[in-house]
Amino acid sequence: MDTHSIEALIKRSIPDADVRIEDVRGDGLCLAATVVCPNFAGKPLLEQHRMVHAALGQHIGETIHALQIKTRVA
Amino acid sequence: MALFDNNEVFERIRHDIAENDVVLYMKGSAAFPQCGYSAAVVQVLENMGVNFKDIDVIADPGLRQGIKDFTNWPTIPQLYVKGEFIGGCDIVRDLYASGELQDLLRKHRLIAD
Repeated sequence: MDTHSIEALIKRSIPDADVRIEDVRGDGLCLAATVVCPNFAGKPLLEQHRMVHAALGQHIGETIHALQIKTRVA
Repeated sequence: MALFDNNEVFERIRHDIAENDVVLYMKGSAAFPQCGYSAAVVQVLENMGVNFKDIDVIADPGLRQGIKDFTNWPTIPQLYVKGEFIGGCDIVRDLYASGELQDLLRKHRLIAD
């Protein structure tokens, strides 16, 4: 799955997120997503990551082999 | 119909996370991790000197899917402390970097002060 589709998927579920996707090894398999969103404030890290997982649905672990996730409030 | 009897797998998971303070569901074993992310979590646990039970999900396809369903988390590795899901590789590394993971383990007296 290409980085733009992943970015779009995350943004659709987390509208005011600033999303940056890096293709870590350039192979389209191991990707790193940095998601910055004010709505993460007060939420435990686990819940922030679950929000990103929910946005990506079945893709994680399937079309997206490995996705490193970094979430921040600001 | 689930391919694997989830109840049996869930029972085993409930037992393992109740019987062991720290449980790492991973690919491979602590001595021979079979995936970079699993190896990274093993490294963090070893850095902190905490005892943990490593459970290889590669050898057990029913568990490999069952743990993802049980935790409602789509990837491996998965770290449990005192029966509570802590996170996968990214979260464990973030909590380790911030010191929160060490605080949690100290609170449960699993590592020295």
